[in-house]
Amino acid sequence: MKSMLSIKDLRASIEDKEILKGITLEVNEGEVHAIMGPNGSGKSTLASLVAGKELADVTGGSITYLGKNLFDLNPEERSKAGIFLGFQYPIEIPGVTMVNFLKAALNEHRKHKGLEPLSAKDFLKLLREKKDLVEIDSKLTNRSVNAGFSGGEKKKNEIFQMAMLEPKLAILDETDSGLDIDALKIVANGVNKLKRKDNATIVITHYQRLLDYIIPDYVHVLFDGRIVKSGGKELALELEKKGYEWIKNQVNGN
Amino acid sequence: MKKEQDKILSEVTGTDYKYGFYTEIDTDTFPPGLNEDVVRAISAKKNEPEFMLEFRLKAYRHWLKMKMPDWAHLKIPEINFQDISYYSAPKSQKGPESLDDVDPELKKTFDKLGISLDEQKRLTGVAVDAVIDSVSVKTTFQETLAEHGIIFCSMSEAIMEHPDLIKKYMGSVVPYTDNYFASLNSAIFSDGSFCYLPKGVKAPMELSTYFRINAANTGQFERTLIIAEEGSYVSYLEGCTAPMRDENQLHAAVVEIIVEKDAYVKYSTVQNWYPGDMNGKGGIFNFVTKRGICRGERSKISWTQVETGSAITWKYPSCILKGNNSVGEFNSVAVTNNYQQADTGTKMIHIGKNTKSTIISKGISAGFSNNSYRGLVKVVKNAENARNFSQCDSLLLGDKCGAHTFPYIEVDNANSIVEHEATTSKIGEDQIFYCNQRGISTEDAIGLIVNGYAKEVLNKLPMEFAVEAQKLLQISLEGSVG
Ligand SMILES: Nc1ncnc2c1ncn2[C@@H]1O[C@H](COP(=O)(O)OP(=O)(O)OP(=O)(O)O)[C@@H](O)[C@H]1O
Ligand SMILES: [Mg+2]
Repeated sequence: MKSMLSIKDLRASIEDKEILKGITLEVNEGEVHAIMGPNGSGKSTLASLVAGKELADVTGGSITYLGKNLFDLNPEERSKAGIFLGFQYPIEIPGVTMVNFLKAALNEHRKHKGLEPLSAKDFLKLLREKKDLVEIDSKLTNRSVNAGFSGGEKKKNEIFQMAMLEPKLAILDETDSGLDIDALKIVANGVNKLKRKDNATIVITHYQRLLDYIIPDYVHVLFDGRIVKSGGKELALELEKKGYEWIKNQVNGN
Repeated sequence: MKKEQDKILSEVTGTDYKYGFYTEIDTDTFPPGLNEDVVRAISAKKNEPEFMLEFRLKAYRHWLKMKMPDWAHLKIPEINFQDISYYSAPKSQKGPESLDDVDPELKKTFDKLGISLDEQKRLTGVAVDAVIDSVSVKTTFQETLAEHGIIFCSMSEAIMEHPDLIKKYMGSVVPYTDNYFASLNSAIFSDGSFCYLPKGVKAPMELSTYFRINAANTGQFERTLIIAEEGSYVSYLEGCTAPMRDENQLHAAVVEIIVEKDAYVKYSTVQNWYPGDMNGKGGIFNFVTKRGICRGERSKISWTQVETGSAITWKYPSCILKGNNSVGEFNSVAVTNNYQQADTGTKMIHIGKNTKSTIISKGISAGFSNNSYRGLVKVVKNAENARNFSQCDSLLLGDKCGAHTFPYIEVDNANSIVEHEATTSKIGEDQIFYCNQRGISTEDAIGLIVNGYAKEVLNKLPMEFAVEAQKLLQISLEGSVG
């Protein structure tokens, strides 16, 4: 099995406070990983570091993506190399329509692959196809990026963008929170449809519910900047039942 | 985060000003200095009739009694008017002539600027009056326009050929006493464009003036006069560029527009004078008085400007809405980067009944620049049912630049409605990162955001201008992220 993402003993601080305290995580092609953990444990920090946001200072360790040192790539290069981050809090960009935004993004990705920009006709066709996949309201693509979108619409919009860009590695940071049950199914369904043998998904979530629809191969518990427990999908069920207190006690008990 | 911001800001890559070249041409240039003899010499150079010289001298004597205005939110270095040359013309050029007589070097210069003086070569029908330094070198499509009864020529030619129109209209909207720079211009203006649309004539193509400063140590002082008789229409474009130089150069222009009943003049500017370098050295001082009068019923003036150049911009294209039901519009995008300063806006003076004005101003500031909107909406007592809507938005890139809004509202009529809305926003790092994460580079992200922000105004520009303006916005902001 081919390694997609290899994180080794990653340490990172924000304003001299250590947030990630030695994370090690191996993700291979074709796998789905779930990361769970209490608020403030460092899940989003980890995701944003993989995407290249210079929020936390890396103080140690490494991230290798498809055999390359990820720190050598800037955020847009990482995107074009196939890394997609579904934001926990998607950003509003007033004045820039979804259509223009996606056209710019998609054509950058195509240029990177040595392809010509899509014609307006083909672009619109693709747009329609992917819109259907995530059952997103048609009008949303004519509006400014995320501006005035409802919480759920923003989350759906992340999956829609993911569908447009067809990433190799998708990291979905709490894409399920704020979704009603129908939307949750649609989002999960979208993720599953985009799944291939040669891509991988990391879902960050608080709810085992999502994992009924997106079946993970591995579940990791991130606690205070460390992955303190890893297991199969049953770990999510156990967590749901016993809560994080159980993990906390186990960690402290060791 | 501060660190990151500073890093990106300091990456400001000296804006790519592609019009910064200089053309080596033989010129007939006055030595620096300003006095009555210089005023007389300019008039003599142009063989002007006596009335024109009198106008100039009155203006000059008035100017001597005036002081530089200091009310704008600008830091203007002292200008020594004796250090400037007030006339510089390509030697080969005695005035607009047939294309064969235009100096090939000049032709090349305008080709390089994307302005073809060769009517055959122009794909799109835009008539151009090409002004270099102090003189107009060529006006294209004159014959075609003349067939419709439209007069389109250089100001020098108009003074010689149409003295009655000049006598009647020059100074009628911007009197020679109007303000410091308008008075200076009235005394020493050297050329410019003239356009007359007879009753009922709609110009069959866009008309334009392209201003180019080439010579060093000279100022450019041109005048434009547009007269639209009843029921006529013209879309007028103005573009300008200058070489990159370490010294500041002065540009003080006057534009007057007279619009009669049911006529419409649409005036669009893409101002791209050399803005100076990234440390604020050099650049054009751009002090311009633009004003139009809607004299007749249902007449309309619309000003659209994209201001990206100049070290200092001081400019308030205005409308006097005298005719009942007349309409004034001001649409502006002003970009400042590095150490540029802009104080720009408009005046809408409502005199007629049911007059309507709309102001849309989009300021974009980056680097260490300062960008101010200054606007006056005045409704006089008898202007029943006047309406104004103003929208003034500021967009900031980085935290070292400034955006300011100075709206003045004077309403003396109780049945009138004046609305003013203002917003200030910032291009955030989060927005940039969001774009980056989707594969869009920082420069392109800024381009997308800025063009989206300015869309409302850019859409008002004629097609080819809109495309050029879009590119210009992005180039002007190159390297400036916050
Ligand atoms: N910009 C910042 N400045 C200071 N501290 C920060 C910043 N961003 C994150 N942190 C801190 O880093 C820690 C980890 O935050 P992170 O967002 O990664 O948590 P999370 O596991 O995603 O939590 P949640 O489940 O609530 O989304 C928190 O203590 C948070 O307060
Ligand atoms: Mg989080």
